[in-house]
Amino acid sequence: MQNNVLNYLKEIVKKCPHKTAYSDGRESLTFGEVYAQTRSVGSYLAGKGIYKKPVVVFMRKSPSEVAAFFGVITGGCFYVPIDEEMPGGRIQLILDNVQSPLVICDRDTIEKAKDFKLGEGQAVLYDEISQGEADETVLENIYKKAIDTDPIYIVFTSGSTGIPKGVAACHRSVIDYVEQLSEILGFGEDTVFGSQTPLYFDACLKEVYSTLKFGATTYLIPKNLFSMPVALVEYLNTHRVNTVCWVVSALTMVSAFGAFETVKPEYLHTIAFGSEVFPIKQLKLWQEALPHAVFTNLYGPTEGTGMCCYYRVEREFADDEVIPIGHPFPNREILLLTEDGKPAPQGGQGEICIRGTSLTLGYYNDPVRTGEAFVQNPLNSAYPELIYRTGDMGRYNEAGELVFVSRKDYQIKHMGHRIELGEIEVNVDMLPEIRMSACIYDTEKSKIVLCYVGDISEKELTVALRSRLPRYMLPNRMLKLDQMPLTANGKLDRITLKQIYEKR
Amino acid sequence: MEELMNILSELHPDVDFEKEERLVEDMILDSFDIVSLISEINEEFDVTITAKDMIPENFNSAKALYALIQRLEDE
Repeated sequence: MQNNVLNYLKEIVKKCPHKTAYSDGRESLTFGEVYAQTRSVGSYLAGKGIYKKPVVVFMRKSPSEVAAFFGVITGGCFYVPIDEEMPGGRIQLILDNVQSPLVICDRDTIEKAKDFKLGEGQAVLYDEISQGEADETVLENIYKKAIDTDPIYIVFTSGSTGIPKGVAACHRSVIDYVEQLSEILGFGEDTVFGSQTPLYFDACLKEVYSTLKFGATTYLIPKNLFSMPVALVEYLNTHRVNTVCWVVSALTMVSAFGAFETVKPEYLHTIAFGSEVFPIKQLKLWQEALPHAVFTNLYGPTEGTGMCCYYRVEREFADDEVIPIGHPFPNREILLLTEDGKPAPQGGQGEICIRGTSLTLGYYNDPVRTGEAFVQNPLNSAYPELIYRTGDMGRYNEAGELVFVSRKDYQIKHMGHRIELGEIEVNVDMLPEIRMSACIYDTEKSKIVLCYVGDISEKELTVALRSRLPRYMLPNRMLKLDQMPLTANGKLDRITLKQIYEKR
Repeated sequence: MEELMNILSELHPDVDFEKEERLVEDMILDSFDIVSLISEINEEFDVTITAKDMIPENFNSAKALYALIQRLEDE
């Protein structure tokens, strides 16, 4: 029985050591090279006495970064990816939370790493720790001692208090996810992935781990291609990419601007999408361009390790219909629960809760917020059993398929990113010139709208927020108001606020 | 040109769009920016920027972008 993700790597390197595992089109690593580098990195960690600790990986999205992840696991530690795209303030919060003894950098990031307070931590170059001699005896011992509930990574997601939450996942939930997902989407050794998502989210598990399981190949697509649709499709064709799991906004970027009139993906046969609602009009453009391809909607929160539900598009949808979330992957159950912890009535709404091995370990160094979201299954009082409350409201349609209805709180999905509007507000409110602020989301135009009262111009505010918020969280519209609309009992009136915004 | 400058400076108030000539290469404009920029331009100028216009050369400077808009307006 497999209880360690490294097992994928150990097996595949025997089978096809010379095949390309990861490439960004310029730099590539074969399975043999990935394996050798992970042995060196693991041995370096062991030599430093770093074991069962979080290790920060601060590198450009590259094949080496992926190898660094597995190197960290080989050393019996768990990786914490951070990225240049994150604003400095957020990186520091992450570093403070995990207190990593080591920050693995590349030549592009090592100078920046030194600007942060690393505590007891030390910044090192990946190139310098990935070439050394491997201590096989030590590594085998680490491998044998690992158990499948040990963490392997922490990725950070938006938190409404302004402090991001570090979701820690273990071998077991990742193995379960990779096994189920690859069966559902039909991955195999001939799969060529075109990876769109950043490596600092769990979205990249699909490609990164499935590549090791099957000896497939992953192309890490340069980010700038996602505003150049024709060049992007040409890239897919050049590298014979046949499988993509992208956020909806990346797929619609290609179809909405009419890229298919100039060029069509020639090899693509498997398209998975998620994180947002795929507009039917755009889906149809894709289906027309690729009539034989399989399209699958995926749904799942980071806390449930990657995705946990899927829906294969097999019937025609009307333009105003919403594609269902569908059904849970095998080996996990979705509970729809009412406010008081009872099953939702037949056809009625309830909070989507996840039960099963796919649950992650919780939020790292954050027992309070972990306890709020990872709770005892209210339908089971006989023994301890955690479920994860997603905060998403759902219901079953007449065909028995799960459908997403709304959020319980102010979390939104914007350009594929999960964002707490509260986190934006907290960061705005920290500025001395601001008296009050509130964020709303214009779903139709996909715009984050920040309304505020204070002595600062829209321009100055934009500049000030740039160092505090990730780029995808920056408001797209600013509305300076003389006063905030309040309800009778003095709470912020978001409904009136929306009307004020719509009138402008 | 003035309307375009307004759109650009609303997107990035801290960038000098009169001078910058490597907006795409230097990653000043990322993919989110370009996609939202296009929807604003299409609305403001009543043109349609399509996939084949979406190449770095057309977005590297305000001047290049304005030239693209003018070409599309003439069509």
